[in-house]
Amino acid sequence: MTARADLFLVLGAVVTLLGAVRLLTTADLLRRVVALNVAGVGTLLVLVALAARGPGDPDPVLHALALTGIVITVAVTGLALVLVRRVEEDDGD
Amino acid sequence: MTDVLVLLVLLPLAGAVVAALVPARAVVGLVVAVAQLALGVVAAAAVLRDGPVLGELGGWAQPLGIGLRLDGPGAAVGLLSGVVVLAVAAHAAAVPAATGGPGYWPLVLVTVAGLQTVLVADDWFTTYVALELLTVGAVGLVALGGRRAYEPAVRYLCVAVLGSFAYLVAVALVYARTGPLALHDGAAAMPPGAATATVLGLVVVGLGLKSALFPLHAWLPAAHAAAPAAVSPLLSALVVKGSLVVLLRVWTGLGGDAHLGTLVGLLGGLAVLVGGVAAVRQERLKRLVAYSTVAQVGYVVLLVPLVTPSLLDPTDAAAADVARLAWQGGMLILLAHGLAKAAAFLAAGTLVQVAGGDRVADLRGIAARAPVVVMTFGVAGVALAGLPPSLAFVGKWQLLTAAVAGGAWWAVLVLLVGGLLTAAAVARVVATALRRPDDDEDDAPAAGAPVPRRVALPALTLAVLAIGAGVGSAWLADLTLVGTGVGT
Repeated sequence: MTARADLFLVLGAVVTLLGAVRLLTTADLLRRVVALNVAGVGTLLVLVALAARGPGDPDPVLHALALTGIVITVAVTGLALVLVRRVEEDDGD
Repeated sequence: MTDVLVLLVLLPLAGAVVAALVPARAVVGLVVAVAQLALGVVAAAAVLRDGPVLGELGGWAQPLGIGLRLDGPGAAVGLLSGVVVLAVAAHAAAVPAATGGPGYWPLVLVTVAGLQTVLVADDWFTTYVALELLTVGAVGLVALGGRRAYEPAVRYLCVAVLGSFAYLVAVALVYARTGPLALHDGAAAMPPGAATATVLGLVVVGLGLKSALFPLHAWLPAAHAAAPAAVSPLLSALVVKGSLVVLLRVWTGLGGDAHLGTLVGLLGGLAVLVGGVAAVRQERLKRLVAYSTVAQVGYVVLLVPLVTPSLLDPTDAAAADVARLAWQGGMLILLAHGLAKAAAFLAAGTLVQVAGGDRVADLRGIAARAPVVVMTFGVAGVALAGLPPSLAFVGKWQLLTAAVAGGAWWAVLVLLVGGLLTAAAVARVVATALRRPDDDEDDAPAAGAPVPRRVALPALTLAVLAIGAGVGSAWLADLTLVGTGVGT
């Protein structure tokens, strides 16, 4: 159980880094929002992997943290998309 | 006293809902701002008298319930927030054009609620949620700046949320290691080592992104300059400070790390120099003021390497003295910057409006038309540069003394050069404003209506406070130490 959790831990870290690098290097706003979500998925993978690392059942508190993280990421993505649309509407004029 | 902590958060939140529903939004905003200042005074007095104020939401003990704890730095920043929000709200009520639209009032109150939640939250995870609330409110405020502000707002949002992810991973690591998630006493459960250094590194990167710590500051000047005139002061004076306070709390709570501390201090020093030089070189007034915020964040984190030796070895009495001085100095600079920067941004917003352009060159001769506003900008600049008897001077003096005692000579150099750079940037603006308009110019601007007193007064009050608060500021310095565990 712990070995597989460690694999996911590393995977999560890699996905987070990939998202973060893309977010900081691209100028396109929509790509930024997508990259932010990729980084977010990586972060939550790290949380879930950490929850599964100990002996016995996975830790529910870390799952609760991950759930709250998902809710916040969805809300923030919505706000970001509204702003991106406004930028592109202005460009279209 | 728990009720006060809960009210500090719930009052602005309820105010935001009411302000979104009723037409008299400015009245709601002003009433909440006055009440918030009163609550801030009560809370700060209680913390100064009895030590940190603790509470549990709904009577549920940690870790099931949400633990509340207001320490000295939290109370001091809460007090700063009360003063700044009231002054900015008074300005916004006098100049509706400076707000960017009716959405201003609910968004300001949501942002204040977010900041207060950050200040009173005692566990890592509630702090995460509160930081997100603060970010969302602040991004909404930036977006009020209209079409030029949308792009900086998206950039700000993406960068700030990325910072939150780094912080969230740090939270998970601490939890997986120690269990409970109380913020202020992690040091016992997390002994110094690779795990603590990883957590601190993630927190420094994550909250550094949110606080615009060099070299993670690129988003700030664009966002703070594009925001409406009555928004920029709140962003620079308060929003940046929320994540900065959390960074310092985590650092002292986990006991610090020597190498990382030195790195943070060096980044702070570079921030002072790079931000200062960039401010001097800016063509546009609001970007000039915004770059000065990058420099001022650098001053505050200079305290980190000076506090760390005492955290690592609590028995060292000499290190404890240095830590206390450095902590007080850094926190006083943080508070002084809040007052002075809010005044500078309010004055800059009024000057841009009167001049009809936001270039420094457009300000030529404006002192004849808006003398009080130019004076406000100058006084705020003196307070930012840290000339005596301003509050920033007291803070810099403490930090200088700590740097000399702690053997950090480079910090002394940074503090002196940084003050000169700030003075140069402000002097350039004031000198342009005082210059006589060209006589041969046919299109010399007609003398418009003078700036009304109710527009000029809030900024002037803040600037005078930033200078005057330095006199008899011992209580404030004592307040910033309460409940932090620094130098004990």
